[in-house]
Amino acid sequence: MSMLELRRVSKSYGQGGAEVHALREVSLTADEGAMVAVMGPSGSGKSTLLSIAGTLEEPTSGEVLIGGQQASGLSRGARARLRRRVIGYVFQDFNLLPGLTAAENVSLPLELDGVPGRKARAAALTVLDGLGLSGRASHYPDQMSGGERQRVAIARAMVGERRLLLADEPSGALDSVNAEAVMRLVRDACKNAGMAAVVVTHDAQLASWADRVVFLRDGRVTDQTAPAPGPESLLARGDGR
Amino acid sequence: MSVRHAVLALLSEGPKYGLRLREEFEARTGEVWPLNVGQVYTTLQRLERDGLVEPDGTGGEGPQKGFRITAGGERELARWLRTPPDLSSPPRDELVMKVLVALRVPGADVHAVIQAHRRYLVELMQQWTRIKEDDAGGDLGMLLAVDAELFRLDSVIRWLNAAEARIKRAAAGATAPRAEQAGPRDQGRAPLPRHRREARVRG
Repeated sequence: MSMLELRRVSKSYGQGGAEVHALREVSLTADEGAMVAVMGPSGSGKSTLLSIAGTLEEPTSGEVLIGGQQASGLSRGARARLRRRVIGYVFQDFNLLPGLTAAENVSLPLELDGVPGRKARAAALTVLDGLGLSGRASHYPDQMSGGERQRVAIARAMVGERRLLLADEPSGALDSVNAEAVMRLVRDACKNAGMAAVVVTHDAQLASWADRVVFLRDGRVTDQTAPAPGPESLLARGDGR
Repeated sequence: MSVRHAVLALLSEGPKYGLRLREEFEARTGEVWPLNVGQVYTTLQRLERDGLVEPDGTGGEGPQKGFRITAGGERELARWLRTPPDLSSPPRDELVMKVLVALRVPGADVHAVIQAHRRYLVELMQQWTRIKEDDAGGDLGMLLAVDAELFRLDSVIRWLNAAEARIKRAAAGATAPRAEQAGPRDQGRAPLPRHRREARVRG
């Protein structure tokens, strides 16, 4: 089942001579358990695409379906509920609240949604434990490394019954080993927890963790990768160099 | 990859025979570089001829014949480890040539050419990444070998991205109404003579 479906989505800002087309008739789907990367240079429309997929912005035209449900016609309140319950965001700069511990940051979306504090904290600790952060639950963001902060941000995006993970350059500020750890977590969230993930990035090494890579240029989808044939084909190609 | 020096490295740990050398070579490189057993025997013969290895007296003359590294072999191995490979002269890169040629062929869409190569490279990277993912426990040699391939392919993609941005900027500059701007016939042509000049100087 498609957790996210964009149908011929366009977005433009301004009018007349000053009109800027950020997205032009972009269609994209992300199924349960699948990780899709959207790759493109700065200004190609990646962040706009993610904002629209996350119902933070309305498209100028086209349709957005989250879990098969039309997001375009929903009231402001219904969209906010969708964002709290179904959609998890991971930002490049983590966006953790500095005055809250790791566990409080992770439980916050549940508490905002009316889940009792104790239950929300238990859910947060379960997710933190799954990401190897149980020892950091009571630490504040400034007491953690960049890699740990990003793992907390991923925990916050996964907590509860979220089904769609949207990530904007999720390991942009991390070194390659920590970046790989972050991508493994996103991949595990898809494979083991059945989430759908859309990761936008300009980095091919990050994108290569995805099942499918979609290329965006000047607001249009220009191309996408074919399903991977599996690693055996690489090993068979070796020639003892 | 120098099979000759890989064999010396494996023998530096102690005497071994051909088949075992092949198994260890493949295991250490995460089976990323499969090796033909014939290559191992040929390599051992040449190393023995050059005085870098010698029979250790076990296994007779058959496939179990054992070899050990000599003092000369140890010196050669140490020298090789510290010698950077020759990266000083630009390789004749087919991909670079294709992009440069696409700029000049009438009707060729250089962006489509760049994208076709970029997609192929990302697909290759996906396959290498799956190998890492499937072996998260991590044989260190395999992870390092796969990382090397990923960084190599990534650097080519980054060049394609930079080339695309440069071509786009050159095209935008060519259409801008500026007096000092070169005419449309020169659009996108600047890189080729410079490339040739560098190739001549270096090579």
